[in-house]
Amino acid sequence: MSVEWPLWEIFIRGQHGLSHRHVGSLHAPDAAMAVRNARDVYTRRNEGVSIWVVKSVDIAASNPSEKGPLFDPSSSKVYRHPTFFEIPEEVGHM
Amino acid sequence: MTEAGANRPALLEFLLRTGDNTLILGHRVSEWCGHAPVIEEDIALANTALDLVGQTQLWLGLAGDFEGKGRSADDLAYQRDTHEFRNALLVERPNGDYGATLMRQFLFDAWHYLLLTELTRSSEIRVAEIAAKALKEVSYHLDRSTDLVIRLGDGTAESHLRMQDALDDLWSYAGELFVADAFDEQLAAGGVAPNPSSLAPRWEEIVRGVLAEAALVPPSGVYIHKGGKRGVHTEHLGHLLAEMQFLQRAYPNASW
Repeated sequence: MSVEWPLWEIFIRGQHGLSHRHVGSLHAPDAAMAVRNARDVYTRRNEGVSIWVVKSVDIAASNPSEKGPLFDPSSSKVYRHPTFFEIPEEVGHM
Repeated sequence: MTEAGANRPALLEFLLRTGDNTLILGHRVSEWCGHAPVIEEDIALANTALDLVGQTQLWLGLAGDFEGKGRSADDLAYQRDTHEFRNALLVERPNGDYGATLMRQFLFDAWHYLLLTELTRSSEIRVAEIAAKALKEVSYHLDRSTDLVIRLGDGTAESHLRMQDALDDLWSYAGELFVADAFDEQLAAGGVAPNPSSLAPRWEEIVRGVLAEAALVPPSGVYIHKGGKRGVHTEHLGHLLAEMQFLQRAYPNASW
């Protein structure tokens, strides 16, 4: 290969899962072949019922070096978890 | 069972042919494992090989049942000699370059898909059941080889040239898949399997359509290499079997 194929991120919706989950990445010349390759590489053991592929370059990601400012502040705010409500008996399991 | 009578020799022959086609092609494709041009293709090819070998277990397993001599699918795969194999010559062709491997796969897949589609309506229920299972796998094989033949045929000058070379080399080996003999006609009459020649028009339609899209031109010659169906093989099968059968020949009944 004189030109490297672009990298694709692969998302698979499992047999029982509601949402697609990131499972890995692979190379392919275009989206259609990325889906085929994903079928062959990531669903060999009956993992999936649906495949999404996204070009890796199209994913905007948070910067690991900003991890502190981004995520640390929320670690001390337990009141944001809905664990301080009394659930009436009649509601049952939520 | 009705098939226990007159159809039995023909059915046994048919099961060996069908199982040997998938076994030999499965082994050929497996030879790419670890050598394909990119890892994604490597895995995809290994999947195809495993599908074909899995189908072999079913076809040869059923052949062993019909034969009634207590031979298992493994016995039939590993303990027969070249002249006892009934695969078409097409599937024993050496892999060549990646283009040749894909072209062989495409020519075979189109035929395989049509055969299995017909076999799902077989009057022999066990044949119909195996066909239904295999058809799902083979539909994908055909999808994939079609796509790749078009991409490479209508690709770069280099890939086009290689695909055209592959087509020129393999075209005369495809015809054997459609030549009927007395066994075939007997099974067709009994509704067990289609007459191979009846698959030709639809195969031509599929294959010529894809080749046109791939900017590839089939050779105009009508010569057909044949012999595999009756056990007359090219020298390539012997080499393939030497590797495939080595372990069981050197250490009979070895298992793990």
